[in-house]
Amino acid sequence: MSDRAWVLRSHRARWEMAFAGLALLLPWIVPSHAMMINEIAITALFALSLDLILGYAGIVSLGHAAFFGFGAYSAALFAKHVWPDPVLGLMFAMVVTALLGLLCSATVLRGSDLTRLMVTLGVAMILLELANKLDELTGGADGLQGVVMAPVLGLYEFDLQGQTAAWYSLVVGLIGFAWARRLVASPFGGSLMAIRDNRLRAMAVGIPVAQRLVTVYTLAAALAGAAGGLLAQTTGFASLDVFAFERSADVMLMLVIGGVGWLYGGVVGAVVFKLLQDQLSAVTPQYWMFWIGLLLVLLVLVGRERLLHPSQWWRPSP
Amino acid sequence: MSQPPMPALEVRGLVKQFGGIVATQQVDLQLPAGARHALIGPNGAGKTTLIHLITGMLKADQGQVLLSGQDITHLPAHRRVQQGLVRTFQINQLFDTLTPWDTLTLVASEHLGLGRRWWQPLGRDPRATRTAQRLVEQFHLEDVCHRVTRELAYGKRRLLEMAIALACEPRVLLLDEPVAGVPAGEREELLATIAALPEEVAILLIEHDMDLVFTFARSMTVLVNGAVLTQGTPEEIRQDPRVREVYLGHGETAHD
Repeated sequence: MSDRAWVLRSHRARWEMAFAGLALLLPWIVPSHAMMINEIAITALFALSLDLILGYAGIVSLGHAAFFGFGAYSAALFAKHVWPDPVLGLMFAMVVTALLGLLCSATVLRGSDLTRLMVTLGVAMILLELANKLDELTGGADGLQGVVMAPVLGLYEFDLQGQTAAWYSLVVGLIGFAWARRLVASPFGGSLMAIRDNRLRAMAVGIPVAQRLVTVYTLAAALAGAAGGLLAQTTGFASLDVFAFERSADVMLMLVIGGVGWLYGGVVGAVVFKLLQDQLSAVTPQYWMFWIGLLLVLLVLVGRERLLHPSQWWRPSP
Repeated sequence: MSQPPMPALEVRGLVKQFGGIVATQQVDLQLPAGARHALIGPNGAGKTTLIHLITGMLKADQGQVLLSGQDITHLPAHRRVQQGLVRTFQINQLFDTLTPWDTLTLVASEHLGLGRRWWQPLGRDPRATRTAQRLVEQFHLEDVCHRVTRELAYGKRRLLEMAIALACEPRVLLLDEPVAGVPAGEREELLATIAALPEEVAILLIEHDMDLVFTFARSMTVLVNGAVLTQGTPEEIRQDPRVREVYLGHGETAHD
C-alpha cells in the first residue's frame, strides 16, 4: 500500500474514533434525548444492514423489515420465555434471523430487480400476517407486552430515561459498523462489489456468485435482526409495526438520503431522517411526510453533492 | 512407447440446438499446451456459441469438454475458471466502480482461494498484490491503476479486460475478438501484449482481423454454419479453396 493511502486511512481512523467517542458521550450530555439516541442507533444499524446488500451486493429490497421484525419478536420471546439476559437474547435473535435470511436468500438470487422488490415485499407481508394471526405467541395486534430485561452484562440496569438503552444500542451499533467496514474492505467484500458491477464477469473470473449472495444476505439479515432485537429489548415491547412496509421503505429512503455503498450513508441517513422526523412532526404533526417527500425529490433532482454545496446551486448541472 | 501429450483443452462432438436451429454441430477441437490456435468463420458461424459452450455459460446438448484430460462438461462456469479455463469478452465486461488495481488484486485473491476471507483487507496477501503489480506493468496500466475503471480510455479498458483474465492464471485462455473496436493508435500496444502472453498458456483466438490471425496463430479451425469446415496450419488454410470460397468469398484472397 502507498504511503498516501496509509496516511488517509489513519486520518480516517482518527475521525472515526472521535465520532464514536462523541456518540457514546451523547446519552450523558443530553440525557433527556436518550430514547431518541437509542432509536437513531438502532435505525442506523438497520440501514447499515440494508446497505450491505443494496450498496455492496446490488440486491434491492423493499421488505428488509422482515428481518428487523423477526429479530424483534425473537428477542422479545426469548426474554419472556427463556432467559431475560439482553446480550444472550440479542445473539439468539441474530442467529434465528440469520437462518431466516439463509432461507429467504433463495428468493433474491434469480430474477430482475423488480421481481426482487416484489418478493422481498411479499416475505415481509407474510411475516406481518403470521405475527398477527399467531396471537397466542405474539400477542397479535396488541403486540407482545411485558418483556422484562435483566441488566446488561448483569451490571447495567435499564433505566426509565433510556440512558442504558442508548449506550447498549450505540455499542452494538458501533460493533456492527466496525465489523461491516472490515467485511467490505476484504476480498469477500471486493467480490460482492464485483458481482454488483458485473455479474457475468464475476462468474467469468471464478467468483461463486450465488454462494456469495447467499452469504451476504444471511449476514445482513443477522444485522437487521440485531437491530430489531435491540428495539424490542430497549422498549420492552414488540408490535406488528416492526414488520410494516413503512419501516422497509423508510430505511430505503435513509440510504437514498445518505448515499448507498459506503456504510456511512446509512448512519448519516438515519440521523438526518430521524431528526427531521422529530423536528417536522413537532411543527406539523400531520404533514411531516410532505417535507420528507420534498427533500427526497430535491435530493434526486438536484443531486446530493450540489445540495450540500450551496455555491454550486446556480451553476448548470454537469 | 511414449503417450502423446495430453491436450490442454479438448472438445469432443459438441452439439447445441436452439429450437430448430443447430448452432453447433459435432464440433471437435484440440489445443495442446502452449497452443496458438485461431477460430475463424463468417458472422453467424457459431463462434460465440462455441465459446459459451466451452466456458459453461451455455449447456451443451451433446458432447464433452475436457480440460487437461478431465471432464468438465457438467461443471458450472465459475468452477471451470478455477480449474484454469478463462475467457475474455468481445464487449468489455469490467467492474466499473473499482480501480484496475483493486480489480486485479481482487481477482488474484479470488484465484488464491481468499474470496471467503472477510477479516483481512483486500491486498493483505502479498501473492495477490504481486500478481496485480506484474499485470499492471505487463499491460501498461501503471498510470491509470488507481483511477476508477469507468473513467479509463477504451484502449486501456481493453487491456484491463485481458489483464483480468490473466489474473486468473489460466492454463487455457479464450480471447474473443481482443482488438475489436480498438482505435488505430492503441492497436500496437494491444497487439504487442497479445504477442507477449505467457508461452505455456494455450490460447484460442477468435478474431475477424486477418492480420492478427495470420501473425499470431500456429494452427486454425474454420467454422461454418456451426460445423468445422477444416483445420490446419495458417498456410494450409490460406491455400484451401473451400475456405476462400466460403469464408473469404468472391475470389478475394487472404494476405499473400
